[in-house]
Amino acid sequence: MTIVYDDLDGQEAADVPMRRIRFSINGRKKVAEVEPRLLLSHLIRRGLGLTGTHMGCDTTNCGACTVLVDGRPVKSCTMLAVQADGHEISTVEGLASASELHPLQEGFKEEHGLQCGFCTPGMMMAAKALLDENPDPTEEDVRWALSGNLCRCTGYQNIVKSVLWAADKLRAEG
Amino acid sequence: MYPSRFRYEAPRSLGEAIEALRDGGDYAKVLAGGQSLVPLMKLRFASPDLVVDINNVPGLDYHRADPDGTLRIGALCRHADLERSALLKDTQPTMAMAAPLIADPIVRTRGTLVGSLCHADPQGDWASVLTALGGSVVAQGPAGKRTIPLDGFVTGPFENLLAPDEIAVEALVPPARGKRAGGYLKLERRVGDFATVGVAVALEMSGDTVTRAGIGLTGVGGSTIAATEAAAALAGQPLAADVIERAADLAAAAARPRTDHRGSAEYKRHMVRTFVVRLLRRTDLTAERAA
Repeated sequence: MTIVYDDLDGQEAADVPMRRIRFSINGRKKVAEVEPRLLLSHLIRRGLGLTGTHMGCDTTNCGACTVLVDGRPVKSCTMLAVQADGHEISTVEGLASASELHPLQEGFKEEHGLQCGFCTPGMMMAAKALLDENPDPTEEDVRWALSGNLCRCTGYQNIVKSVLWAADKLRAEG
Repeated sequence: MYPSRFRYEAPRSLGEAIEALRDGGDYAKVLAGGQSLVPLMKLRFASPDLVVDINNVPGLDYHRADPDGTLRIGALCRHADLERSALLKDTQPTMAMAAPLIADPIVRTRGTLVGSLCHADPQGDWASVLTALGGSVVAQGPAGKRTIPLDGFVTGPFENLLAPDEIAVEALVPPARGKRAGGYLKLERRVGDFATVGVAVALEMSGDTVTRAGIGLTGVGGSTIAATEAAAALAGQPLAADVIERAADLAAAAARPRTDHRGSAEYKRHMVRTFVVRLLRRTDLTAERAA
């Protein structure tokens, strides 16, 4: 990975503390050199080029940047990239296989779970964490699990339906 | 947004972490869940020279009860662990009710109770809960451990008693002498917002009589408020209507709310009173149903 340093007006790049980290992203092992202040969201978007993880508020409110770390949902703007060392990261790009959408993606399509689509990757990852833990959620469970994710278009109704659609499909698939 | 530049250490033991803090210069911060610290660093409200990340220190993610009933919550026990805890559900009604109300479900994945106490935000929920329960924080430094009662631990908004080379390694809740009752209520504009008002009530009951009471108030003062007079009005009393009303009045009087975008001071004070009444009546009902 190419690293471009800020020109620090005399403070040499050699002074910038860098750390080597090993992690996996969507099942692929990676090594990266990161400055400790780099956020996980930046590593994912800029370092790995996976721009499906969106940066919304950048203040831990909106949940658009939600990814899974070792299977648990995390707001990637609120975790340092160095902290990914030794951990497994999953992003929205990891949901679909080469030929098929993930049931969550299908659900959002079938139930019109998105309008502008900005919050959608975070919604899907938060929903993925829910369904992994609870394959048969009630509507209330879904609303609860998504309560850390903001959507300014849909009014949430169709997002909730989409997740329930996916839950049904996943259970039917066994 | 980026934090300003800092050095980063990820020690593998508490000893190494304390050493790093001791050698860390003037401004070092311990990183646990990071759900308050990282946002503060991104906004440049905090610009530590050194961040000591304790997430790789083994054996800090526990919460468990000692044989005598003392509850211990380790520095890496996440809000989500407490939310799912059968131990809390069975033995700590006030904490069990508060856990699902902390921030939002995703923040709860990483955020920690001990970190929340250290952060000492006047709008932080756990500090009120542990104040009501008479809890304390165990700090470990080069000279060993010391236990600091929570009402002295928080010294002001975003300030605590820890020395620069000390780490809060666990929180303690003392054992109940009677049957525990109580709860936590929080008024928030939406999930994840800071508390407009939060009230923690922790009771120990012997039959119908309150043997010990604690009341903690969130978001209605410069730091967490222990409503000690309100709690004293409950001790030794049955939860009769007049006792409840008097405690609620005293709790409202202990609040020091300020008018802001979340509501007027008068409204917040009123909500403190309302929440105390609701929690105490709820306790009453619970006791009746059980009997």
